[in-house]
Amino acid sequence: MKIVYFCISLLITLALIIILGSRCLLPLPLASFLSPQEGVWYHAEPVDKKLDETLSLPGLKGNTNVYFDERLVPHIVADNDEDGYFVQGYLHARFRLWQMEFQVYAAGGRVSEIVGDVAVNFDKGKRRLGMVYAAEKLLKEAEANPDTKTMMDAYTAGVNAYISSLRNVELPLEYRLLNYAPEPWTNFKTALFVKEMTRTLAGGADDLELTKARDFFGDEVVQLLFPQIEDSLSPVIPKGTIFPPPTVVPQPPASADALYFKTTLAAGALQEIQKPNKDNGSNNWAVSGSKTASGAPILCNDPHLNLTLPAIWFEIQMTTPGMNAYGVSFPGTPGVIIGFNDSIAFGFTNSSRDVMDYYAIRFKDDSKKQYFFDSTWRDTDIRIEEIKISGGSSVFDTVAYTVFGPVIYDASFPATENGKEPLALRWKAHDPSNELLFWYHLDRANNYDDYVNALQYFTAPAQNVVFASKAGDIAIWQQGELPARWKGQGLYIMPGEDSSYMWQGVIPMEENPHIRNPEQGFVSSANQRPADSTYPYFIPGSYDLYRGIAINRQLSEMNNITVEDMLQLMNDNYNVFAETARPVLLKHIDETALQGREVVYLEMVKNWSLKNDISEKGATLFNIWFDKFKKQTWKDEMDKAGAKAYPADGIFTEMLLRNDTSFAFADNINTPETETLQDIVTAAFKETALLADSLEAEKKLEWGNNKNTSVYHLLGDRALPLARTGLPVGGGKHIINATTHSHGPSWKMIVHLKEETEAWVVYPGGQSGNPGSPHYDRFVDKWAAGEQYRAWFLEKGESAGVKAAWKMSFQKNESIR
Amino acid sequence: MRYLLSVILIALFSFLLSLYMSWWSIAVVAFCVNLWLVQKPVWAFVSGFVSILLLWGGLAWYISSANNDILAHKLSQLVLQKDSPALLIGVTALSGALVAGFAALSGALLGRLIFEKKPEAEG
Repeated sequence: MKIVYFCISLLITLALIIILGSRCLLPLPLASFLSPQEGVWYHAEPVDKKLDETLSLPGLKGNTNVYFDERLVPHIVADNDEDGYFVQGYLHARFRLWQMEFQVYAAGGRVSEIVGDVAVNFDKGKRRLGMVYAAEKLLKEAEANPDTKTMMDAYTAGVNAYISSLRNVELPLEYRLLNYAPEPWTNFKTALFVKEMTRTLAGGADDLELTKARDFFGDEVVQLLFPQIEDSLSPVIPKGTIFPPPTVVPQPPASADALYFKTTLAAGALQEIQKPNKDNGSNNWAVSGSKTASGAPILCNDPHLNLTLPAIWFEIQMTTPGMNAYGVSFPGTPGVIIGFNDSIAFGFTNSSRDVMDYYAIRFKDDSKKQYFFDSTWRDTDIRIEEIKISGGSSVFDTVAYTVFGPVIYDASFPATENGKEPLALRWKAHDPSNELLFWYHLDRANNYDDYVNALQYFTAPAQNVVFASKAGDIAIWQQGELPARWKGQGLYIMPGEDSSYMWQGVIPMEENPHIRNPEQGFVSSANQRPADSTYPYFIPGSYDLYRGIAINRQLSEMNNITVEDMLQLMNDNYNVFAETARPVLLKHIDETALQGREVVYLEMVKNWSLKNDISEKGATLFNIWFDKFKKQTWKDEMDKAGAKAYPADGIFTEMLLRNDTSFAFADNINTPETETLQDIVTAAFKETALLADSLEAEKKLEWGNNKNTSVYHLLGDRALPLARTGLPVGGGKHIINATTHSHGPSWKMIVHLKEETEAWVVYPGGQSGNPGSPHYDRFVDKWAAGEQYRAWFLEKGESAGVKAAWKMSFQKNESIR
Repeated sequence: MRYLLSVILIALFSFLLSLYMSWWSIAVVAFCVNLWLVQKPVWAFVSGFVSILLLWGGLAWYISSANNDILAHKLSQLVLQKDSPALLIGVTALSGALVAGFAALSGALLGRLIFEKKPEAEG
């Protein structure tokens, strides 16, 4: 009997060990996950944790000191450039390893390896987009250049020095939650990360939507609904600037009128893969000394991206014999991406130019091995993509590469009821490029000429690169390798059976829109069209209109500018879009049809200050009203066309301002009656009022509560406790303070280029990626309050002394391992 | 006395072994200690349970206090759907305690089987 008791007890013990130590019954291995000595309690860092440490690592050439300020910003002081990048890689990994690896998994279509088959279509989309192909191209270029090769090698070695020192208990929390472990870092992964940024900023096109719209409305109407230039455009390059005549003049194919602008190359019911967020954009500007109180230039930049924890940015200073740069870096990439150095400052906004086109091609048969091109059957390059799946067997996808690029959509992806023709993708990101070389030179640039020299290496995503120097120069250059298009080229899916519709050339760098020290005393950009109609090239894109107007309007009025003024401008919540659109709505509403609460709500809209401050109810009402009005106008037609693209807010508003008596789109084509503008503006308002009642009851009518500004963890809703929600931040779409629900200023920087550089910075996150660290979200509240930190810029040769909170020393390891 | 000794020894050796070995070394320790220390099975279970309850609970509490419960707030919501650092510490302690308790019981039962000793009254 005793032996039975023993056996039962032993079995229970073993069963408990298995159950609590594995995921066979529980979603988490509770005991090993929570064990104080082995589990994630390790990540509950003491809030006063000291970081002082001396490390001896193989791969270093000399000695490097890293001084951390109390915000955990490392100031790397290295004997030589290579060690600088090595230590940067080490620190990125130490504070952001999970994020940097996860982002690269996502970029290359490998998420299924982590989360299982729910991500298969996501992964296929990334493979079809040719992300790996693009990264291979970049890697080849970057490794062929000795400077970038050295930089990547050192960075990769630094990341791997950390990964190989990592004990199991030190694995970042997310690895423990998702049950996997890091791989070694490679130069290829760095290349993939760079291409992921290209995808984020230049990886979307409306060609398929516009093709559907053209098939329904015809080309003329599409040109009206999606025109190239807005009436109220305030371009990057001031109006009146003279552009030289174009040196590249692309010729439209003879068949264009018949084959391209008229015929149906149906996109069918095709469901496109997820496109980058249309709000991805930015503000930047530089004011010259003539407009500042100090007489020294000031440069500002805030890139608008998805707001995530850990943040996309990691703040850093790198001081080596070759450079002394401060700013933010991408965990995953060597160098400083946005920032300043001893002599200059630089910032970015997205050009929003279209560098992605689709070509309808014809396969010989289902094997995809040959396609018809220039009167003959040509071989495709076939890439068999293996998508490994956690807890399942691999899925394979055959992607055919043509002279244009990868066939992104065909009978096997994304679904069987695709359009008639397979579509090949022509995307600038697939061309050979070496963006790392651009940053290599930019971080080291001392003056305007150095900046222009660096710019030549920038291919995609095209950016408005703003510049200011201590020598007093300000400049902006829209730089990228951009296709010279004939008028209309690439708006729709193009015929792909011969070479006549291919891109014919590149706009020479010298002819890209740029300006240096303009008379107005400032340069700026906010994702608007770079130039007015006198610019001699056809440049479609997905531009914003109103932030540019707001910034240029204010900067031209400002004088004796101080850092404080710039801070205020970055936080400006004034809504130029509402200033334009509210009168249109108010003109058409039938007030006699309103009653009760509706009248009260309309008064709120009328009395609204036009500022999207957190306490404003008028902002919420206007926002909902315009949205509903927009939907009532376009949904009926666009649904029939099968297109999801509505005319942009600015275009729509200007259409109404130009012609409001006979606005035919007001009519709902699904009803026998003919609705007028007045009908739908009023109906939209009544719906808004109805919704407002319930919002008011939930206290969500105030703009701040309604918007509920949030910074989510990279894993999104599934990791909600790791997010910061309900932040009191105003602003919104079309506003200088472009903070929407979870998107907006991901880094805010003001650089005052006085004798001693003065920089003010913040981002909505914190330096540590560890949710258990006080540094995980340390900057979030400061950011939400619209404040910035004074950055500590360590001058070359300056002793770090008392300003450093902690010091890490990296020494070369003499011993042979 | 044996009970107290058992509690102390299990906690001590569990802590030391866990510096180098996996978490389930607590089971090995609880098992061995009670194989060697003869005590009533019920007291063996209680000693293993209490020992690790105190060790893990104490360690988790100590770590979390130094952390101002930053992680525990987040993790308790993520894992237990409830914002309660105390509950997370409790679950931590309990998961280890259960394993150690049954391991200690198994040790004691095997001890009785091997040494064929009449169980003495124990206090």
